[in-house]
Amino acid sequence: MGKYFAKKLVIYPATFFVAVTINWAVPRFMPGDPILSMIAQFQGLEGGQQIIQERFIENFGLDQSLIIQYFEFWRSLFRGDLGISLMIYPRPVFDIIKSSIIYDIIIVFPAVSLSWIVGNKAGAYSGFNKKADSFVMPFFYFLASSPYFWFAIVVVYVFGFRFGVFPTSHAYGTGMTPGFTLPFIINFIRHWFLPFFTMFLVGLGGWAIGMRNMIIYEKKANYSEYMKALGAKDKLVRRYAFRNGVLPQVTGLAIQLGTIISGAILVQMVFSYPGLGYRMVQAVQTQDFFLLQGCFLALITMALAANFIVDIVYMIIDPSIRASYEEEG
Amino acid sequence: MSFWNKIKKNENIYYAVTNTKVQIGVVLFLLILLLSIIGPMITRYSYTEFAGPGYEPPSSDYWFGTTIQGRDVFTQTVFGLRSTILVGFIGGLIASIIGVIIGLIAGYKGGWLDELLMMLTNVVLTFPTLAVLIIVAAYLPYRGIVNMAVLVGLTVWPWTARAVRSQTMSLKNSRFVDLSRISSNHIIRILFEDIAANMFSYIFMVFILQFLGTILATVGLEFIGLGPTRGISLGLIMQQAVNWNALELGMWWWGIIPGLILTIMIVSLYFINTGLDEAFNPKLREF
Repeated sequence: MGKYFAKKLVIYPATFFVAVTINWAVPRFMPGDPILSMIAQFQGLEGGQQIIQERFIENFGLDQSLIIQYFEFWRSLFRGDLGISLMIYPRPVFDIIKSSIIYDIIIVFPAVSLSWIVGNKAGAYSGFNKKADSFVMPFFYFLASSPYFWFAIVVVYVFGFRFGVFPTSHAYGTGMTPGFTLPFIINFIRHWFLPFFTMFLVGLGGWAIGMRNMIIYEKKANYSEYMKALGAKDKLVRRYAFRNGVLPQVTGLAIQLGTIISGAILVQMVFSYPGLGYRMVQAVQTQDFFLLQGCFLALITMALAANFIVDIVYMIIDPSIRASYEEEG
Repeated sequence: MSFWNKIKKNENIYYAVTNTKVQIGVVLFLLILLLSIIGPMITRYSYTEFAGPGYEPPSSDYWFGTTIQGRDVFTQTVFGLRSTILVGFIGGLIASIIGVIIGLIAGYKGGWLDELLMMLTNVVLTFPTLAVLIIVAAYLPYRGIVNMAVLVGLTVWPWTARAVRSQTMSLKNSRFVDLSRISSNHIIRILFEDIAANMFSYIFMVFILQFLGTILATVGLEFIGLGPTRGISLGLIMQQAVNWNALELGMWWWGIIPGLILTIMIVSLYFINTGLDEAFNPKLREF
């Protein structure tokens, strides 16, 4: 337990360190000198270029040596200073991130946990039912193969325009004032549903396939055969197989988190849902590099936090880790 | 007939080619591949040309319909498919090579080198790939198919590294590897001739998954507008469809058909992969 946890504890800061270093290095070392070309964009503005140039030199600390620039970069990061957005001038990037991240959480968290739970149940059912298996598996393969954004396009077309049951863009209607009023909450949930639904369905397929394969494996394991020979009820055999199959699925969840968060970026783009992913894409399109880098860092932090949660869940449900912890304690 | 007998002798290949999933997957994949090869030859239009009236649903003149400006969606799709398959192949190859080498070394050497390489692998694995790609691609002034593929390949390898490492660890204590070691063979020879050669089928499956992963990441980038600076790609077609509100205007063919072709290709690769898994893994075979 101690060793397992210690290894994990190194991974988090290491990942964060690499992310910050990428963030620092990319604008400085990419071919074609991106910072200069950024400044060149403002050539048309009367006197604007001067201001921008000063701002950039100050922000990037270009007049100092690379090592000092690097340390400065970390220092401003710890002060929560991620620069100022050019797109929504002069709002600090940190501010924009703070107001966007909630939209990521309310989409990704419920979609991932629900698709994981339902997918596991569906996969287990499919693994024990030969008839259902051949019927539903192609459907799960289709879901698991769909690129997130393409599926989002299909969902928008079918539910948004063909049947017109749900709104397809933004987090709430343009005429609404945010607040704890019933019409606003209903409006908000209606806007939330389709992006959530997309993430949920695409995720579902993969978990179902994974669990189904685990069950087929476990079904043939000696303990299952032994239990059957002893005359145990089918239900009990299934329950044990399921419990053994769940653990690798939790590990799978940790591995998939990066892909899921990547998918969320694209889904938000299709639905114009104002989370970090949507902001990041907007930042790319308006060449707002401070916002772009801020969103990148925030997304990595989110991925790390999600990984941490999965690790804790794993430790809680894995009997071998739990047992070794109890021994040590 | 002698060819068939040869196949029958090699148990693994026999199980692979007789697996229904592999068969379905290969047929589907070859159809899509054929579409990407023959499609650009038989189309009457070029993908930038205004081929006809806009808003045309699929018909005998415009097989996948036309865009709002009157470009032929079929032409765009088959050309885009070509570039997607090319990127997937190059990127998948790069990712597999990096992943296999790192996995082999980490698994065989063990110790601190293993710890270090696995830490690197886990760090890259934790990253949301697309976010990293966005930030690098956004700063690239020129993006071609090859440097896109290299870029994507450099970010999607960790999965392979982990899989190859665990396979290597289980193989490295087998007798033939011991024998090779006693014969004082060079480590590179042991790694590639004894270990890698014995999990070739496994590495092939890994390549399929990496091909898939590269394609998904690339199409996502293209959809954001960070694809190759010139030419057409599947992601770009769909981005344009969304930007021009194609769905709101009822032009489903513009946004949905190119993605459907892509999805069918991904399903076919998944089928091949799962089928091979069943073929090489007797426990999964009969159900």
